[in-house]
Amino acid sequence: MMKVIFTSIAILATTATTHGSPEAIKTILAVGPEGKGNQQAAQAWSDLIKSDDPDSLMMLLAGMDNAGPVAANWLRSAAEVIAANLEADNKLSLNELGSFLLDQGHAPRARRFAFELIRKADPATAKTMVPGLLHDPSTELRREAVAQLIDQASSAATEGNSNGAILLYRQALGGAVEPLQVKPIANALKELGVQIDLPRHFGFLMRWHVIGPFDNTGRTGFDKVYPPENEINLEAVYDGKGKESRWEPLETSDPFGKVDLNKPLGMLKETVGYAYTEFESSRARSAEIRLGCKNAWKIWLNGKLIFGRDEYHRGQKIDQYKLPIELKAGKNTILVKACQNEQTEEWTVQWEFQLRICDATGSAILASNRQATPQPGSQSRRPRRPKN
Amino acid sequence: MKFSTLTFFIYLTSSLLIPAADWLQFRGNDNTGASTSSTLPTSLDKDKHIAWQSPLPGRGLSSPLVIGNRVFITAASTPDQSRLHIICLDGRNGSVQWSREFWATGRTICHDKTCNAAPTPASDGKHIYALFSSNDLVCLDLEGNLKWFRGLMQDYPNASNSLGLASSPVIADGTLVVQIENDSDSFAMGIDLKNGTNLWKIPRTKRANWTSPVILTGGVVALQGSAGISGIKAATGKVLWTFGDGASTIPSSVPSKDGSRLYVPSNGITVIKPRTDNNTPDILWNQAQLRPGTASPIVHADKLFVINRAGVLNAANKETGERLWRIRLEGPFSSSPVTSEHFLYIASERKGLLQCVDLSGEEGKVTGTIELGETILGTPALSSDALYVRSDKHLWKISEAK
Repeated sequence: MMKVIFTSIAILATTATTHGSPEAIKTILAVGPEGKGNQQAAQAWSDLIKSDDPDSLMMLLAGMDNAGPVAANWLRSAAEVIAANLEADNKLSLNELGSFLLDQGHAPRARRFAFELIRKADPATAKTMVPGLLHDPSTELRREAVAQLIDQASSAATEGNSNGAILLYRQALGGAVEPLQVKPIANALKELGVQIDLPRHFGFLMRWHVIGPFDNTGRTGFDKVYPPENEINLEAVYDGKGKESRWEPLETSDPFGKVDLNKPLGMLKETVGYAYTEFESSRARSAEIRLGCKNAWKIWLNGKLIFGRDEYHRGQKIDQYKLPIELKAGKNTILVKACQNEQTEEWTVQWEFQLRICDATGSAILASNRQATPQPGSQSRRPRRPKN
Repeated sequence: MKFSTLTFFIYLTSSLLIPAADWLQFRGNDNTGASTSSTLPTSLDKDKHIAWQSPLPGRGLSSPLVIGNRVFITAASTPDQSRLHIICLDGRNGSVQWSREFWATGRTICHDKTCNAAPTPASDGKHIYALFSSNDLVCLDLEGNLKWFRGLMQDYPNASNSLGLASSPVIADGTLVVQIENDSDSFAMGIDLKNGTNLWKIPRTKRANWTSPVILTGGVVALQGSAGISGIKAATGKVLWTFGDGASTIPSSVPSKDGSRLYVPSNGITVIKPRTDNNTPDILWNQAQLRPGTASPIVHADKLFVINRAGVLNAANKETGERLWRIRLEGPFSSSPVTSEHFLYIASERKGLLQCVDLSGEEGKVTGTIELGETILGTPALSSDALYVRSDKHLWKISEAK
């Protein structure tokens, strides 16, 4: 009997110290690659969800500030269970959640989670908060505010209030970072007679130097190191595939920044091309290169390979790839390698990419010396150095 | 009792412990898509046979799973499909028992037609193993408790397909077999059910592939791809045999009920019989005119059924490949058919037209249809007395008794 009592006390003591405890959160934050730490995390998760303390929920949300993508899901899932229990017991603290939401220092996803809890408990209050989220660091929170403005602008346009609609659409555009929202806003404004500089809005890089073709027979060019990977010399001439290859300037006026290598290099197959540009950053900062490309590609920033992918013709979208980078103050060099393969179907003609630089929300980061967006039909000029 | 005998006994009893009425993975427990149920509705009357419909929080191509009275389904929501949902409903009334959300950790980009919740989850009857196109792999118990989480694209950053992945994992010999095939980092892996760690990982042909593994006998799983099909030991990943004549990358193979032969979408349909000595499988027959579209073929009684791109259901002698009859259904179809004791069910893509075909006569005959009015891309799941069909927006229970 005594053994049972002692065991029960031990279990209770263990439970009491682990519910919502920083230790359990720490265990979850320690999950590693290839499932490392899953077993310990499962035990910690099981301990965490037993808590009925509102502070535990806030601790979990704050824990997401330091969590990688996998650990964040463990924490989110525990928070989801605890929040449901607190809600059922009418113990959810909207004040605490509101404070957390308003503190932009917390992880954007955690703040979005807090917003959704507030909206579930008090939809009216949540709705009144939405306009204040237009420039939020959370893309998902911004989306709400932009959507609300789009609705209002659309209503104004329907009622014949064109000036009001333009103002509201422009306000929406100020916060819009996702193509799914930017495109309809730009289209609506165009109908109202207002042209939007989409490349500038997104931060697409429009001026490049390109060189090619190099050989990609049998898709071997992806791994081959051609001279532009070793040196950037815009005056150099190299042996290319069947002819000499030299750098030439290429401006694009595509509204979504598509750089079409077929234009300067010819409608070729089994070839490799390179595009080079320079980006002046006003300061050292974290950023993202966002790429859309349906050819195999590699990207170097300041001579360092960022990422590469040997997939061909499986679709292209804006922001298809999001690559975290560190910009340095001053000149940053960007080199793109784009490989065309052997396929001959109509949908494999494209040999192109679209690249922009933005922050984690998708808001454009513009080069400090960015030039005016090239206009359709404008002649390519040969700048001494390609600057965006 | 010798170890091998003991292992067999455990395997046998654990198999028997899984109720036959459960539907635990893509195209059922044995990947055949076949059920012996004799109580499903066949006239398909919208007023009589829709037991319930339950709204879903997002799109999906995945099939539901049925475990006892519970139905499990995955979905993906938000414009970028980055929100992953795993939902448990009460099969009796469609009420949501619990719902869990996760954030995608990998790329969610897909062709507009498909979506992040394309693969069907798998279950051992005690846990749900849900895979998404973003290569997020989640294990929950039946009460919704998180047991482990893997972000496979976090581990292998080039393991993705810009058109979306769709291969559904299977559980064989106590191992979760996952096929992640694409143009770049292409592989298959065996995952430990207990903790989600890798038991094995083998390279696969670098070519996009949307087919799913198929369970054969003796702990062997067939992996299909553009190069052909390979038999691998589920527990170790060891490649036992290979059929190298190429195979489709969209419709999956279907095994015979006893798992001894495989109907492969290869040059039409090619039927192979793996050999016990693990040499190249014997080819039993090939029929070039049986060309499956997106829907996977299915075997019922003495026939093989193949739906082609035009939506024509072709019946063939499963022993010879001889074509017997064909009827035109109302397509197009992205989902695969399932069968009950005497009937075949399939839902069309655009109108969500669920169609029932009587297979018992000299020729096939459509016995009933229900137009559900929403896009249906997922294969139905069957329990002993109901079909569960998912669209982009709802999960329906179709049964004789409301």
